[in-house]
Amino acid sequence: MEVFERDKKYNEYLQSKIPKTKPWPSLFHAFWIGGLICLVGECIKDVLMYFFPEMSATDAGIWESVILIAIASILTGFGLYDRLGAYAGAGSIIPITGFSNSITSPALEFKREGVIFGLCAKMFTIAGPVIVSGLVACVLCGIIYLIF
Amino acid sequence: MFDILMYLKVFLVGGFICMIGQILIITTKMTSARILVTFLLLGVFLEAIKVFEPLKEFAGSGVTVPIMGFGYSLAKGAIEGAETGGILGVLQGGLTATAAGITVAVVIAFIVSLFCSSKTKK
Amino acid sequence: MKKIGKQTFIFEKYPYLIGSYSIVGPKEGKGNFAQYFDEVLKDDTYGQKSYEKAERKLFLTAVERAMGSCGLDRDQIDVLLGGDLMNQIISSNFTARQLQLPFLGLFGACSTMAESLIVGSMILDGGFANNVACVTGSHFSSAEKQFRYPLELGTQRPPTSQWTVTGAGCSILSTTKSSIRITHATIGKVVDWDVTDANNMGGAMAPACLETLSTFFQDTNTTPDDYDLILTGDLGKLGSEVLRDLLEYRGYKTSTNYADCGQMMFTNDQKVFQGGSGCGCIATVLNSYVVQRMRLGKLKNVIVVGTGALMSTVSSQQGDSIPGIAHLVVLKAEK
Repeated sequence: MEVFERDKKYNEYLQSKIPKTKPWPSLFHAFWIGGLICLVGECIKDVLMYFFPEMSATDAGIWESVILIAIASILTGFGLYDRLGAYAGAGSIIPITGFSNSITSPALEFKREGVIFGLCAKMFTIAGPVIVSGLVACVLCGIIYLIF
Repeated sequence: MFDILMYLKVFLVGGFICMIGQILIITTKMTSARILVTFLLLGVFLEAIKVFEPLKEFAGSGVTVPIMGFGYSLAKGAIEGAETGGILGVLQGGLTATAAGITVAVVIAFIVSLFCSSKTKK
Repeated sequence: MKKIGKQTFIFEKYPYLIGSYSIVGPKEGKGNFAQYFDEVLKDDTYGQKSYEKAERKLFLTAVERAMGSCGLDRDQIDVLLGGDLMNQIISSNFTARQLQLPFLGLFGACSTMAESLIVGSMILDGGFANNVACVTGSHFSSAEKQFRYPLELGTQRPPTSQWTVTGAGCSILSTTKSSIRITHATIGKVVDWDVTDANNMGGAMAPACLETLSTFFQDTNTTPDDYDLILTGDLGKLGSEVLRDLLEYRGYKTSTNYADCGQMMFTNDQKVFQGGSGCGCIATVLNSYVVQRMRLGKLKNVIVVGTGALMSTVSSQQGDSIPGIAHLVVLKAEK
């Protein structure tokens, strides 16, 4: 009981010692980088639809994601995306480019352990939970629609 | 076609969503995988209650480029599948709608990692 | 018996610290100790194909050059003691394979340098050997890969985080007389005050450091003022402040003679938040700054405390708190 009290007090004290950083700069960084990535996406879609008028809006949307994902993956390969991430935080995690980065970065990191057990297996260490939870949720959602 | 007001809305809404994410990171110490999962599920949920479509009309890429757009596509695919193909439609729908994105992410990651290596941080 | 009090051991005759070598990566080479390190790498891959291999080469260089610094050949070293942060301490194991020396692998996380000095001192004072080599080190990129995220993942480091030092240090202990002698050692207990935040290692390890230091002061009946320098391993800025507070709470007042290697390793504009961490942190500072200052006679009586966090990624993911450990040795400059 005494030990429990001491640990509780120590953890409270430790929390109070953690340096308080001002949140505003990092919120602003996340805001403008995140907004910019979305804006780039919108521009890609518009340019595509301008040059290929026969393309449907849905297809243009898919192309938009594909191009953003490819750009982010290549930037990750050149070692630039982690610098963007250090500046923007959620601003470069939440856009689809962050998903792409989360697949490419472990693949790069673990390629020394071989193509099969390194590169291919570790590719999904971060993106795996995203795909799994997304699929489970969407199947659940579809089944609810089937029933009602 | 090139609509300045739309661009403004895309920028503001997209930025706002990322800012919410940053608030979550600061206040809850969430890691990037958790952030991605949370916003993906949010997208699925918003589509399930039919709110995402109007949002998309309003802000375009501002809501579809964030990972919630990925959740939206999954849910939309599954719901459309449910309407046309029953259970099988539900099982196929989600991945069919997002197949291009997932495939390109995996294939490009594979190619990039054959040519590049991770570099140390400065 | 050579034990006094609860946990403290006295070495009456030996061992002397006769040779040392420190080698660090480029980032550490721009830090506060830049002028003291024996060697600073330009490229932290060290010409190797992976960071793990680079870490091994750091170890090998450290041992070979440390032997060179006191003019010993490989066959004059009786035992090699070493440890590191990699799973199954591969860096030390592979170095020992290369060197073909009798080898004891140690693991005390970032406290391994102090641990190896204690074991080495006991072997020498027990009369079992003439020369012992103690080596530890760490590498930022290999530690990041094993404990945290891929290097290229775009995430922000939290404000309590520390930066694993790229570097290795080796000390040669001997029965041959020299100007630095190890006089006391305290083997620490594993202490856990229920800190679970793996991004706040300093806070998790500070209680272990407190227990070891206060036990040592009680056992030897001394106070912090009796020493020129009390040097802790890698508590970082936050952890060392916490330790100061904890020591004061126990009635031990520390002044300017207390310092932490992690806190001092990097300059403020190197963006490392709480400072350096890792086995290499204290290993490189001890074998450069401390040894050089002691040889010059600027420091006479130094306490070195290695601090380690004994968790793994698995225990952290399962929600376990972080056990800490701290080992202490006392170095005295003798004429």
